[in-house]
Amino acid sequence: MSQDPLIAARDLTVSYPLGRGLLGSRSKLNAVDGVSISIQRGQFFGLVGESGSGKTTLGRALLKAAPISAGTIAYRDGERSFDLTSLKGADLKDYRKRAQLIFQDPYAALSPRMTVRDIIAEPLEVMSLTKSRAETDERVREIAAKCRLNLEHLRRFPHAFSGGQRQRISIARALVSGPRFVVADESVAALDVSIQADVLNLLKQIQADMGIGFLFISHDLSVVAHVCDAVAVMYLGQIVEVAPTRSLFARPRHPYTSALFSAIPALDPDAPKTAEKLEGEIPSPANPPAGCKFHTRCRFAQDACKTSVPALREVAPGHRAACHFAADFDFSRPAASARSPR
Amino acid sequence: MSLMSVRDLSIRFRTDEGLVTAVEDLSFDIAPGEVLGLVGESGSGKSVTAKALMRLNADNAVYGPASQIRLTTEAGVTDVLALKRERDMEQVRGGAVSMIFQEPMASFAPAITVGEQMVEQLLIHTRMSKAQAKAHAIDMLDRVGIPAPDKRFDQFAFEFSGGMRQRAMIAMALSTSPNLLIADEPTTALDVTIQAQVIDLMKDLVAEFGMGILFITHDLGVIAQTADRVAVMYLGRIVETGSVRQVIRDPRHLYTRGLIEALPKLDDLDAALTPIPGDIPSPLNRPSGCVFHTRCGIARAGHCDREVPPSRDFGEGHAVACHYAEAPAATRREGAGA
Repeated sequence: MSQDPLIAARDLTVSYPLGRGLLGSRSKLNAVDGVSISIQRGQFFGLVGESGSGKTTLGRALLKAAPISAGTIAYRDGERSFDLTSLKGADLKDYRKRAQLIFQDPYAALSPRMTVRDIIAEPLEVMSLTKSRAETDERVREIAAKCRLNLEHLRRFPHAFSGGQRQRISIARALVSGPRFVVADESVAALDVSIQADVLNLLKQIQADMGIGFLFISHDLSVVAHVCDAVAVMYLGQIVEVAPTRSLFARPRHPYTSALFSAIPALDPDAPKTAEKLEGEIPSPANPPAGCKFHTRCRFAQDACKTSVPALREVAPGHRAACHFAADFDFSRPAASARSPR
Repeated sequence: MSLMSVRDLSIRFRTDEGLVTAVEDLSFDIAPGEVLGLVGESGSGKSVTAKALMRLNADNAVYGPASQIRLTTEAGVTDVLALKRERDMEQVRGGAVSMIFQEPMASFAPAITVGEQMVEQLLIHTRMSKAQAKAHAIDMLDRVGIPAPDKRFDQFAFEFSGGMRQRAMIAMALSTSPNLLIADEPTTALDVTIQAQVIDLMKDLVAEFGMGILFITHDLGVIAQTADRVAVMYLGRIVETGSVRQVIRDPRHLYTRGLIEALPKLDDLDAALTPIPGDIPSPLNRPSGCVFHTRCGIARAGHCDREVPPSRDFGEGHAVACHYAEAPAATRREGAGA
C-alpha cells in the first residue's frame, strides 16, 4: 500500500439502532462492519456487491453523510487533511466542496423547475465559490464543455433531455466545485448499454484529466472490470476481497467473488453452464451468520467457517481475501464463462 | 402452429403534440414452448408491444387499420384487437396470457396477502373452489422454490425479499396455466446471483408447462441464456430477427452490432467500449426512410433516408431490415470508416 492515500477508512463501522428488545436491550444493525479501505489520488476504485451488502452506506460514510459509529476516516488531498470522525463547521463545508456524489437515477436527481445552467451552478452558489455571476457562468460553461453538453442546452429544463444527457448534467453538477474525491453510486445502472458505454468513457476521461479519486459503486462486475484500477467486493457489511482489477479477474480468491462471476449471463448461447450458482439470498444484516458471514451460501464451507471469522489477508501482491481457504482452493471461473460473442 | 401471431402491428398515441408513433409494421410469431426475446433500448416500443398483446395500452392508443394480433389456443382463435367487451378481454388477460413485470412490489397490492391475491385470480379464471385454489396456490409457491409456502401464503409482499417477490410473481402468473407468458424485464431489478436463479427457474417452467414466452429485456446476455429466437427493436420497428445464435454471432444490422459492441466484455478488459454514435431521436421527430439512418455508419443519402428497408430473409429465419445487409457487419463496418 502506498503511504499517502486520498481517503483511508480504518475499522469503519456504521450501525443503526433496531429499536428495543425485551428487557430494554438495544440491538443494532451493522450496515458497514469493520471495513478498512484506502483510495489513492486519481485512482478509479470499484466497489461491488449485492443489494444489502452495505456498498451505498460505505460510500456515504466516506462523504460524511452516514453516522460513523466506530473507526476512523482520514482524508488527505495534498492541500487539506481532515479527520472525518470529528469534522464540523468550516472544515466540513470545505470537505463538501472536495468530496461529491453522483446519483444513480438521473431522472430523480435533477429539479424539473430549474434550468440546466441553474442546476449546475447551484453548488457554486450554495458554497459561495464564485464572486460574480459572470464567474459562475464561466465555470458552468467550462464544466459543461468537459461533460460534452451543448452550451445552448444550458437554458433548457431537464425534461427536454434523454437519460444519457441527464446523467452528463448530474456529472457536471458534481464536478463543478472541483472535487478531489467523487463517489459514483450506480451511476450507469439506469442507462441503456450504448449510453452506458458513452457515460463510462466520459467518466474515465474526466477522472484522468482532473486527477480525481473515484469510488465507483456498482453491482455490475463487467462494468467495474472495464473502468476501475482496483476493486473491493463487499458482502454483509464487510470487504471479502480487494485487489487490482486484473488480479481479481484473473483469479478471484474468495468463493463469493467467484460465484458473482459465474452468475453473469454469458453472451455466448453455447457457453458451458457453470455449476457454481449461488443458492439462496443474502442473509439479513440484522442477524448475520456467525463465523465467516458467507458460510451459509458457500459450497466450500467447512466446520471451521461456522465459528471462526477469516481475516482479510494478502494472498498475492496487493490482493487480499477474507477466506480460510483463499490459498488452498482455486475458485476461478472457467475461461468460457466470460462475456463474449464468439 | 403459431400460438401468438402478430401482423403489421402499428400503434400510435394521441398526445397534445399530435400522434406519436410507438410501433410500426411489426410482425412476429411465438410458437408454444418457444421463448422469443425482444431486445432494444428504452423508447424502442418493447413494452407497448407487450401490452398490446393483452390490450393493456392506455385509451389514447390508436391501432393501425392493418394491425392484427391473433391468439390460437385449444379454445380456438381469438382476434385480440377485435375484442370489445371487458368480459371477453378477461379471457385473455390473466387467462390465456399472463404477464410478469420488472418491479414485483408494484404488482402486488400492499394491503392484501400474497395468498389472497393468488386465490382471487384463480377464482376469476378457473372453476376451482376456494379450498382448491388455496391448495393450488401453495403448490405453485412451492414449485417456484419458495421455502415454507404455506406460511408465505399468509404473508404480505413487503415481507418477501426481492428475489422471493419475483418468484411469487412468477408463481401467480403461472397458476392459471397461461398459454403465453409475457415477461417484461423480469430480472432487471435483481442482483446477478438472484437473476441467475430466476433464469434457471423460468427455463425449468417452460420445459414443464410448455407455454410460449415473450421475454423483454435490454440485456443481450440474458437473452443469450434464455431465448430461442430474438427480435431486435429500434424506434418501434424490428430491425433484425433470427435464432439467438444467428443474431448474436452474425449480426447483420449495424444497430444489433452496436448493441453488442457497447457491452463490456469480461474476457477482454482492454477493449474500448464503443457507444452507438448519436442519440436516439425523439419520437416526435421520427426519421424518414430507415429509422436508424441518422446513427448508421453506412447509411447512404438519397436511399436510406427515403426508402424504408423491407425485412429480407438471409436463411433459416434470419431476417434483416437493412438496404445493405449483404456482407457480414464486421467487414461493412471497416468499409464505413474509410
